[in-house]
Amino acid sequence: MNLRKLTGAAVAAALALPMFVSGANAYELVIPSMDYRTGPFAPNGIVFANGWSDYLTLLNERDGGINGVKIKNVTCETGYNTKKGVECYEKIKGTPPSGALLVQPLSTGITYQLIPKASVDEVPIFSMGYGRTSAANGKVFPWVFNLPATYWSQATGLVQYIADQEGGLDALKGKKIYLVYHNSAYGKEPIRTLEAMADKFGYEFRGLPVDSPGQEQKATWLQIRKEKPDWVLLWGWGVMNQVAIKEAASIRYPMDHFIGVWWSGSENDVLPAGDAADGYLSGAFHAPGGGFPLHDDIRKHVYDKGLGKGDRDRIGEVLYNRGMVGAMWATEAVRKAMEIHGTTEVTGKHVRDGFEALDVDEARLEELGLGGFTYPVKITCENHEGSGKVAVQQWDAKAKQWNIVSKFYEPLRDVTGPLIEADSAAYAAENNVTPRDC
Amino acid sequence: MAFDIFLLEVILSGLMTGVMYALVALGFVLIFKASGIFNFAQGVMALFAALALYDFLAEDGWFFAVFGFTLPVWLAIPATIVVMIVLAWVIERTVLRFLVKQNEIILFMATIGLAFVLEGLGDLLFGSDVKPLDIGIPQGASDWLLDSFNLYIEQLEIFAAGTAAVLVAILAIFFQRTRIGRALRAVADDHQAALSVGVSLDKIWVIVWSVSGIVALVAGIMWGSKSGVQFSLSLIALKALPVLILGGFTSVPGAIVGGLIIGVGEKLAEVYIGPIVGGAIENWFAYMLALVFLLFRPQGLFGERIIERV
Amino acid sequence: MFYRESGQLKSSYVADQAMFPIAQDRWFVFGVLALAFLVAPFFINEYWANAILLPFLVYALAALGLNILTGYCGQVSLGTGAFMAVGAYASFKLVGFFPEVNFLIVLALSGVVTAAVGMIFGLPSLRIKGFYLAVATLAAQFFLIWVFNKVGWFYDYNLTGMITVRPIDFFGVRITGPEATPAAKYLFTLTVVCILALSAKNIVRGRIGREWMAIRDMDIAAELIGIRPLRAKLSAFAVSSFYIGVAGALYFSIYLGAVEPVEAFDINQSFYVLFIIIIGGLGSVLGVFLGSAFIVLIPILLKNIMVGGMGFDSGMAGHVEILLMGMLIIFFLIVEPHGLARLWQIAKEKLRLWPFPH
Repeated sequence: MNLRKLTGAAVAAALALPMFVSGANAYELVIPSMDYRTGPFAPNGIVFANGWSDYLTLLNERDGGINGVKIKNVTCETGYNTKKGVECYEKIKGTPPSGALLVQPLSTGITYQLIPKASVDEVPIFSMGYGRTSAANGKVFPWVFNLPATYWSQATGLVQYIADQEGGLDALKGKKIYLVYHNSAYGKEPIRTLEAMADKFGYEFRGLPVDSPGQEQKATWLQIRKEKPDWVLLWGWGVMNQVAIKEAASIRYPMDHFIGVWWSGSENDVLPAGDAADGYLSGAFHAPGGGFPLHDDIRKHVYDKGLGKGDRDRIGEVLYNRGMVGAMWATEAVRKAMEIHGTTEVTGKHVRDGFEALDVDEARLEELGLGGFTYPVKITCENHEGSGKVAVQQWDAKAKQWNIVSKFYEPLRDVTGPLIEADSAAYAAENNVTPRDC
Repeated sequence: MAFDIFLLEVILSGLMTGVMYALVALGFVLIFKASGIFNFAQGVMALFAALALYDFLAEDGWFFAVFGFTLPVWLAIPATIVVMIVLAWVIERTVLRFLVKQNEIILFMATIGLAFVLEGLGDLLFGSDVKPLDIGIPQGASDWLLDSFNLYIEQLEIFAAGTAAVLVAILAIFFQRTRIGRALRAVADDHQAALSVGVSLDKIWVIVWSVSGIVALVAGIMWGSKSGVQFSLSLIALKALPVLILGGFTSVPGAIVGGLIIGVGEKLAEVYIGPIVGGAIENWFAYMLALVFLLFRPQGLFGERIIERV
Repeated sequence: MFYRESGQLKSSYVADQAMFPIAQDRWFVFGVLALAFLVAPFFINEYWANAILLPFLVYALAALGLNILTGYCGQVSLGTGAFMAVGAYASFKLVGFFPEVNFLIVLALSGVVTAAVGMIFGLPSLRIKGFYLAVATLAAQFFLIWVFNKVGWFYDYNLTGMITVRPIDFFGVRITGPEATPAAKYLFTLTVVCILALSAKNIVRGRIGREWMAIRDMDIAAELIGIRPLRAKLSAFAVSSFYIGVAGALYFSIYLGAVEPVEAFDINQSFYVLFIIIIGGLGSVLGVFLGSAFIVLIPILLKNIMVGGMGFDSGMAGHVEILLMGMLIIFFLIVEPHGLARLWQIAKEKLRLWPFPH
């Protein structure tokens, strides 16, 4: 009896499988999104994914796609899990008709998986500011783009911000800068840069790891309370951010000396702490808020038609904007690829060239309805990062909004340059990659 | 001088954190004691309870959508307790009653299935956003201690310790003095003997899962107030496991004492040994500590003696 | 009718002790192997290899290891993830030191290293039992992962803390990294898994396997009839860890290619493998494959049906997938608590009698 039912179900399942390989009439641009709407990091993943998808929907609804070719937004749920990410990638990479034009893995672990595959499958990887930092070296990693700014650039930017508050880079001498980090490849990213700068500027550095997921950080914050560092940096993700901000508030650590990475500075992270989070800082490469003309377009063309992925009133949250700006750069790269190759039927290979020639300047941002939203990005053959600038934003708990409170800092290339060179050279040696000439 | 205060601070914080762990461990103990089930879903139950509570309190919840008003805290908590009792009843009806007398590892696996179901259900019903939970528990450092003694203690944790004390007292009275409590103890001692004197096993299981659900609610409130209610809340179960083996799977006081030992031990280790070896050692240190205790007492500090016969 | 063993008479001890004494079983196994080795490689594409068959095989192998320990010797372990990590890191370091050595030897050595580590962490099993032991093995899980994450030597002091597989050739055929063909990866893994599965089947019906089962069924009684618990338990830990170590090495080198210890070998990995053996059937080699198929394939199948077939939103499908997975686990446990392998047994019984059940 039960066996029969089971067999019936299995047959039904097998019949259902071929249903999704049909349908390929007009040319479409396949831009996948690897989302995570489940698991411990879902609260952040959802908002980002909504921004990304809504932008693509907007292009389809308002402009009929890119230069008249519709975008096919294929979503796949990764749960921030590498194995599921691999399955997703294999599934979406060949999606007809164009094949995936790029992948945006949205996880450090998955990005590392895909880096060696990218050149073989000819799918460019757009790891926006995350993933392997040394992939900024386009000579070794022709298929990987981590614009607009890597973690290392960001670390140097944040230290410059600190220096500005203290009165110049010389004033850093003898200061204590601590880093509370997610004990994983992602969290460990900035350590080398911060150490290199500690040697250079003479501040005292110490890293305090917190194991994932990071609900219990008492020991970490007791040490901070005891040693009273002048500045604390936070490289966290998910629940770790909320707890860290709460603990910092509890020990009365001054919030305006507490700076998060840009993944530790969204509404999700500060809201649970309430008023105590007032004044908390975080890195940013784009503006917060939903008041840009592009947001109005999204409301009008996407949400008014009921096509929005999320809640209308969450448009303009930090992570939403990040997903949106990511989709913007990705689609601009596709546009560029069409321009370079003179065809609208682009493939992953073309889009790689498009990324490499990506040039989104102020004027273009203005056209897109994003004037002043972020800084211009220009990618070249050897530099896949762009300008790498970062600003600092501050949380205003009363108004419940983030505000940019600093200029955009140029990265200290003399610090990050040699590190990128060394790490990409190591990768090239290990994997028999011959760096190309640029 | 400052150093001593710091040591005191570490120890006190460790004790408090231990109580927070113990709150989670208690739920495990109750179910294991009465039915021999290692309930892997305990963490998810805490999450589910906190989600349900949030739903009664917030204006973006189902309750508000259906009835047009939200409940005050003093009504929302009993309402959530009702939800947890219903949940316990459903679990008994749909899962447990079909698995009576199975091997313990099968029951364990069933609770893992249950954890998946509750996780999926929680996500589908309530969404996966972080939900700030504020039911008026004081939070932040205690001003008085900080200003007069330069001693930092988290108020939420003092409150949690008080709640835990009350909870344990109530549980003790419940087990020792009430009819149902006695029946529970009888079942824990010997299923068949209890059945033969007329204790209804079905009913007992519903009761014990309800009580455990209520304990999960308390744990969910405390941890949810700290980090906001979100999926990660269910992962605190992992923090409770060393507490559980140290204290013994079957002992309520064991859960508390185990929690205190683990809490203090891991904090001291992290603060004093951590910096030397690179930090983040609390997780494995807690397990190692428990393991060392186990080598001397294989049934945990307060666990029932394992009597082996051929 | 289709599955009749009457008339299959055995005239020698060799025939009596055959691994598959019933002809139908034998032909079935040969058939599956022929399909897997001779037919599947021609149809395999990257999706089937990387998303379905490789994880299926690797997890089946890891589960085989855990099943030796849990299903045959009765010792519950939640350290599988960490032991897989030991195998993975051992293979990484070994390939780094001896790039010229045949990869099969590297795999075996990784297994041996893991076996040694497993024996150390198996020592508490002499005193601690049941769930206490299970939770105690979590000490190994958290400690080992911490070590791999913290000690630079393990990841060659690179800046990222990740390990990435080097290009490895096996008799001139590339088997790791993106340049390897799906068929090469699949065939290599399949060969290793088949050899180890057949060995496992032999080990567990031999003397040592019987010792394990005696310990599992009642350790004191086993001790009384002269089985040394120390030897039996530690050998179970060693053999089990060997399998898990090899699985870990394959998981890293062939399936994933780049791993970060914290995520790739976390505690969920340990649970995942435990699910496989419970769903598949404790103490069954066949069960390991059925369980692995269930745990690895069902979520993918559910996802593909919901997202591809029914047009669900991928996030929604993710939630429903978890929910359904939980329900399926409970359903199968209620239908047959002894796992899919037992269901298979029952099916065979039915086939034997069919169409005249009385």
